[in-house]
Amino acid sequence: MTPEQADRFAQTAAVYVHIPFCSAVCPYCDFAVVAGQDQLAERYVEAVCAEIGRTDPWRPLESVYFGGGTPSHVHPELLMRILAALTEKHGLAAEAEVTLEANPEDFDVARAKTLRAGGFNRVSFGAQSFDDAVLANLGRRHQADHILSSVKAARQAGFENLSVDLIFGTPGETNESWGDTLARAISIGPDHVSCYALTVEPGTALGLEVRHGGDAPDPDVQADRYETAAAELGAAGFERYEVSNWARPGHECHYNMTVWAQGEYEAYGNGAHGYRSGRRYRNHRRLDAYIERVESGRSPRAGHDKIEGWDAELDRLFVGLRRTVGVAGGPGTEALLASDEGRTLLDAAVISEENGRIVVTRPLLSDAVHRSVLRQTAPIVLTDSDA
Amino acid sequence: MTNQSRIRNFSIIAHIDHGKSTLADRLLEKTGAVTAREMRDQILDSMDLERERGITIKAQTVRLDYEANDGQTYVLNLIDTPGHVDFSYEVSRSLAACEGALLLVDAAQGVQAQTVANSYLAIDAGLEVIPAVNKIDLPAADPDRAATELVGIIGGSPNDVLRLSAKSGEGVDDLLETLVKEVPPPLGDPDAPLRALVFDSYFDAYRGVVCYVRVVDGRLESGDELRFMATREVHDANDIGFLRPKAQPVAAMGPGDVGYLITGVKEIDRIKVGDTITSERRPAQQALPGYDEPKPMVFSGLFPTDGDDFEKLREALEKLRLNDASLAWEPETSKALGFGFRCGFLGLLHMEIVRERLEREYDMDLVATAPSVAYRVTTLDGQVREIRSPQDLPDLTERRNVSEPYVKAMILAPSEYVGPIMELATSRRAIVGNMNYLSPERVELDFEVPLGEIVFDFFDVLKSRTKGYASLDYEPAGYREADLVKVDILLNAQPVDAFSAVLHRDNAQDYGKKMTGRLRNLIPRQLFDVPIQAAIGGRIISRETVRAKRKDVTAKCYGGDISRKKKLLQRQKEGKKRMKMVGSVEVPQEAFVAALKVDDDS
Repeated sequence: MTPEQADRFAQTAAVYVHIPFCSAVCPYCDFAVVAGQDQLAERYVEAVCAEIGRTDPWRPLESVYFGGGTPSHVHPELLMRILAALTEKHGLAAEAEVTLEANPEDFDVARAKTLRAGGFNRVSFGAQSFDDAVLANLGRRHQADHILSSVKAARQAGFENLSVDLIFGTPGETNESWGDTLARAISIGPDHVSCYALTVEPGTALGLEVRHGGDAPDPDVQADRYETAAAELGAAGFERYEVSNWARPGHECHYNMTVWAQGEYEAYGNGAHGYRSGRRYRNHRRLDAYIERVESGRSPRAGHDKIEGWDAELDRLFVGLRRTVGVAGGPGTEALLASDEGRTLLDAAVISEENGRIVVTRPLLSDAVHRSVLRQTAPIVLTDSDA
Repeated sequence: MTNQSRIRNFSIIAHIDHGKSTLADRLLEKTGAVTAREMRDQILDSMDLERERGITIKAQTVRLDYEANDGQTYVLNLIDTPGHVDFSYEVSRSLAACEGALLLVDAAQGVQAQTVANSYLAIDAGLEVIPAVNKIDLPAADPDRAATELVGIIGGSPNDVLRLSAKSGEGVDDLLETLVKEVPPPLGDPDAPLRALVFDSYFDAYRGVVCYVRVVDGRLESGDELRFMATREVHDANDIGFLRPKAQPVAAMGPGDVGYLITGVKEIDRIKVGDTITSERRPAQQALPGYDEPKPMVFSGLFPTDGDDFEKLREALEKLRLNDASLAWEPETSKALGFGFRCGFLGLLHMEIVRERLEREYDMDLVATAPSVAYRVTTLDGQVREIRSPQDLPDLTERRNVSEPYVKAMILAPSEYVGPIMELATSRRAIVGNMNYLSPERVELDFEVPLGEIVFDFFDVLKSRTKGYASLDYEPAGYREADLVKVDILLNAQPVDAFSAVLHRDNAQDYGKKMTGRLRNLIPRQLFDVPIQAAIGGRIISRETVRAKRKDVTAKCYGGDISRKKKLLQRQKEGKKRMKMVGSVEVPQEAFVAALKVDDDS
């Protein structure tokens, strides 16, 4: 993907829909999720549709992403109701990419067919690993066999664009099992693979366990695994387009590309985050609070940050630098390159610069780059009277 | 004026917690200086809480009237002494104001090193030393053993050692009678020109510097024009009086009298402890002997953790100095630690007290560099320079020689620990001298050792190797030439001045290894490999590497939650404010503190 192609996603209209329901909460997960609340699914979907109904019409959407939680856990008809509401409000572009996150254990052919016919054309599977022991350590409810059967079901239903999520650095994982997971993920022929380092978040079951002396993932081991993933996926024809995302050329996740290109996207549902009209906004995270607010005619917004002026420029770098293509030159990149920290990053070959464009060459050190970006202050502009 | 034959001037020599303050309370009570209603525990310590905050550095003095069994009323001047090693000059001046000293020892703990050192000071000053064992009512008390140890220092028979309990009052009457009988009266010449000894001073916010004085010869009268013989300053005696324990102004003081003098001087360093006061109109020819100026022996850089607190630190030091003329400092700039002060202290304890007071009373957050001593360097052109900061030590090629201060040290410990103590002492280049058994269980070890070897952690290691039973005292013993080198610690090839140390060549390797190893664990991984080296001149003696970090990225921005991630990184960024940059290496403030921390892994 060329930088120009990547930056073009800044102009596409995207939507994120949050589906918080899960059959169980994974011990490492700190997203806005609930388990055992399936009876609320219909009310929730109605609330999401109501939220959509109250937004100003935009323009035909070029990507819609149903994330979670586990969107595949709720009834397909409910998901389609939301998609219909979005289509009615904003319209859906002819080539729109409509993604559904799915867990292998609840994705069968019948379900797949309904969703495909209902307008979904991309499935992202939460496979995580092909090692059953690792899956058990992650607290997942599926085994490697489920991944194979659900992918098969998706293919049978006519889904051509498939993605697989993997997690590396889990306690119990070995170099061999990770290599095997990568090989098996590649062998099922996805167009897109995400590889995430297991992250210990405070407030999760895993976070608690580690705080009480449990094994924490070793960052050096995770770095090794990441390098293995980069090598294996690269050899199999995938290109890394973001820190954790690889795709066959042309199969980059459109919604992701919009977000990292600092494009605008609407977000619906509890705990969802969007970016419209210069504001990064967030909805109430609690499911009941979200439903109550929408049902009582109030806004589900919990707050927003205005992104303007210098902040908008740093924001552009903040999101854009996650991409392999990096960011085009501008006042922010100039400030970074001129700073001591920028020079240290260049010297350590964490970033590189060409014609003003900055690229993060060591994506595993992205947060170090991001911290340096956030530390940049606006250049002092001399007015005529100052001069 | 008091009849000299009825005056008894004495000090109490005791180790910390051996009951000096309690005994002083009891004496005040028995002599009626304080009524029962006014009596509070340990009145001498608490009288000036504002000034001392619980650490008795400065002496307190009181005049008591005692009606003895012979029917006569005597004036007992109790002259308190600071009990700490570092203040031996002050102790010697307090003792110079006395004719007698009560040597007080805890019946359970026995004799401690400082007690011995101060006893020798008293004996050398020609004082009548009266031994006493305190706390005989404690369950763990072993008065016979303590008495034997006392006799081991000052001679005599264990049967002559007084036994008392300052707490219950048992034996205190005997003590008072003994003081009257044994302590000689002063023998000053009332007609000679005035000579009075300044044996202590403190700063009072309202009255300025208050001097404690002992008249030796002549008369000191209120309103007199006084000459301070060492400083050559002339001040008026605005107010003089006795301490009972409240100030009681008097018109005149004669030979043997002890009291206060206020001149209106505001700056504590203009009044020198040990100075002789005489009359401007009729000056004495000769000052009293023994005047000296205490010199700082131990030096350490003090830096505010937050660079913005530099002025606050200066103000705090200035306030401390109001009461502590021996505290000296000059500004110091460190590449690693920023702006601070190189402070000189009388000794280790003095340093600890100052640091603690700065942190507790003045709320300062400090980084203190490793304590060092003053080296004397002879440069190639034959000039002798004093070096107080390791980074100032010239290279081998730029000096003819370097010498370091030695001390005579004395350790008192249960005899079972002689082995470990000898081992420790020799590992610190000590030359072991006498071994003196005070009793079969208790031994005094004398040795000469470079001060630089004991300033850092010697006392802590000694304590840990003797389960806390050993005590230490030392006094300066001149300079000696030595094979000393400066060890620099380099981070990514940049020397970190705060970690430079002057060491004997034989110990350089160990120090280098220890510091590089410690720093490897304290310095967070950076974007690049950071070599940590110890070097003498250009020669690397030890090396460690902090490997570049390989992963510094959060997995996923869920649902495009960019704001949250930004805030998280923003917080991490704020945390970096406490980082000091050494070249391009970020070093957390805590790493400096931890690396310089005294520990027992040596």
